[in-house]
Amino acid sequence: MDLNFLEFEQPIAELEAKIEELRYVGNDNDLNIGEEITQLQAKSKQLTKQIFSNLSPWQISQIARHPRRPYTLDYIEHIFTEFNELHGDRAFADDPAIVGGIARIEGRPVMVIGQQKGRDTKEKIRRNFGMPQPEGYRKALRLMKMAERFNMPVMTFIDTPGAYPGIEAEERGQSEAIAKNLFEMSQLKIPVICTVIGEGGSGGALAIGVGDRVMMLQYSTYSVISPEGCASILWKSADYASTAAEVMGITSERLLELGLIDEVIKEPLGGAHRKPENMAGIIRRALVRSLADIESMPVQGMLDKRYERLMAYGTFKC
Amino acid sequence: MNWIQKITSSIRIEGTAKKNIPEGLWGKCDSCSAILYKPELEKSFWVCPKCDNHMKIGARQRLVFFLDKTSETEIGSEVQPQDALKFKDLKKYKDRLGQAQKATGEKDALVAMSGKVNGVPVVAAAFDFNFMAGSMGSVVGERFVRAANVALSQKVPFICFSTSGGARMQEALFSLMQMAKTSAVLAKLSQEGIPFISVLTNPTTGGVSASLAMLGDINIAEPNALIGFAGPRVIEQTVRQKLPDGFQRSEFLLEHGTVDMIVDRREMRETIAQVVAMLQNKPSPDVKHLPSAV
Repeated sequence: MDLNFLEFEQPIAELEAKIEELRYVGNDNDLNIGEEITQLQAKSKQLTKQIFSNLSPWQISQIARHPRRPYTLDYIEHIFTEFNELHGDRAFADDPAIVGGIARIEGRPVMVIGQQKGRDTKEKIRRNFGMPQPEGYRKALRLMKMAERFNMPVMTFIDTPGAYPGIEAEERGQSEAIAKNLFEMSQLKIPVICTVIGEGGSGGALAIGVGDRVMMLQYSTYSVISPEGCASILWKSADYASTAAEVMGITSERLLELGLIDEVIKEPLGGAHRKPENMAGIIRRALVRSLADIESMPVQGMLDKRYERLMAYGTFKC
Repeated sequence: MNWIQKITSSIRIEGTAKKNIPEGLWGKCDSCSAILYKPELEKSFWVCPKCDNHMKIGARQRLVFFLDKTSETEIGSEVQPQDALKFKDLKKYKDRLGQAQKATGEKDALVAMSGKVNGVPVVAAAFDFNFMAGSMGSVVGERFVRAANVALSQKVPFICFSTSGGARMQEALFSLMQMAKTSAVLAKLSQEGIPFISVLTNPTTGGVSASLAMLGDINIAEPNALIGFAGPRVIEQTVRQKLPDGFQRSEFLLEHGTVDMIVDRREMRETIAQVVAMLQNKPSPDVKHLPSAV
C-alpha cells in the first residue's frame, strides 16, 4: 500500500502505479506508449475527481491528518518572505508545537503564528504532535501583543489535535493559558485572520482562532472534540468515529453553512499535499484579500464587528 | 430486665421513633457516609459538618444560598435550548435535554440572577452539574452573556459559580464557540472596570475551565474541588503514569498559582461581599443580611 494514498484513494494509487510502471518501460525501449500514459493520466484525474466529489466527513478528517499534508512552516515558506522565527514565552520555555515570528506578505510586515506538527518521528516528538503546552499559547499571546504594539496584522494557522493533556501542562495552567488567549484576542486592536489548515482540535485550536476572519482549507476539520473522542464518550467505543464525524459537522462546507466560519479555501484536486505550492499561493491570495476587507473598516468598527460576531455565536430559542 | 435488655429495648425505641420521621429528611455525606439531618445540611449549605466535604448542589440552590433574602431576579430564563444539528448518538440530544430538564427542573445548565450579597448589589450565575454534566452549549453561553451585560449596565460585580465537564458535544462547534463568546464579554467587563469573580467548584474541567472560569479578577476555589483542563482519566491515558495524590485539586491549584484563594462554602457570602466591595471602593458590607435559603 502506497502511503501517499489513503485507503479510499487506493483505486487512484493503483492507476498511478500503473502509469509509473509504463513510464519505466517507456524509458527502456522505443515503444511509443506516451498515448497510453496520457490516457491513464486522464483516467486517474477523472477517478480522483469522482472520489473527491463525494467524500464523507470521516474521509475528510483523514485528509486533514494526512502524513504528507503541508504544515504551518511549509506554508510560511511559500506564502511569506523574510520570516524570522521568534521563540519563547519569556517566562518558562519555548514550545516547539507552536511557531511564530515576523515576516512579510507581499511586502507587508505581519505576525505569523501557527501550530506545528513534525514530519518524521524525531520531529514529531520534538513538536509533541502539534499539541501545545501552556507556554506555547503564552508565546503566541506575547507575539500577538507585540504585533499590536507595532501595528502589524496577525495571521494564524491552526493545525492541532488539541492542547496537550499532560501533568506539567496542568501544573502550568493549560486552562488559564487558553482562556487568556480567547480573552485577549477578542480585543486586539489589529486585524486577526485565522486559517484552519489541517486539524482544528477543540480549545487547543480556538486558543489561536479568535479573529476578524476565520477561514478553513477545504479538507480541514474543526470540532469541539475529535471524532474518536466523541465516539468513545457518547457511543462508548472509538469504532463509531466516522458516525461521530458525520453528526458533529466538522467539515469546512458544513461549518460555512452553519455560519461558524467565513470562508472555505478550495484545495487542489486530491488535496493540498498534491500541490503544496499551489495551495500556498491560493492561501496567500485569500489572506491578502481578507486583510484588505478588514482594513477597509476603521479600527473601532473592526473591533465592534469582531465582538458582535462573537456574541452572535449560538443557537437557541428565545 | 437485665442491663443488656435495657439497652437493646432503648435502641428499639429509637428505631421505631425513626419510622415516624418523613422520608427524605436524612441525607448522606458522599465522602464520609455520615447520616445527616437535612435541615441541618441546608443550614451548612450542604457542607458535611463531620468532614467538611462540599457536596454538589444545584444551580438554583446555589444562588439561593448565595444571595440575600428576597433580593433575586432571574436573568435570561427566556433563553432555551434547541437542537439545531438534530444530533443523535445512542440517544437523541432532544431526549437528553428532556431528561435533564425533568431531573433538574431547569431548562439548561446555567441559571443567572441579579440580587444582593450582604447588601452589596451583584449579578450571579451558577452552573448545574446535574444538567448534562453542567456542559456549556449555546444557552449557557447566551445566559452568561446576558447576565454579564446586566452587570455591565448596572455597574455591579459579576460572580459565576462553575461546575462543568466542559463544552457540550451535542452542540458541536457551537459549543466550542461559547468559549470565545463568554471570554469576549468578560474582556468587555474588564475594560469597563467591572469585577468578575470566578468561583470554581467540584468539578470544573474542559471548555469551561479553559474559558470563563479561569478569567476571574479573583479566582476562588471551593475546598478539594477537581479543577483542570483535561480530566484525570484522559491525562492518565496520555502520559501512562499514575497521577500524584491531590493532582488537580483546589489545594494543588493554589500551590501552582492558578487560584487566588480557597474559600469554604459557609464563608463564601462574606468573603465575596468583602472583596467586591473593596474592588469597587464601596463601604464595607452590612453583615446582618440573611441568605435567601434561611
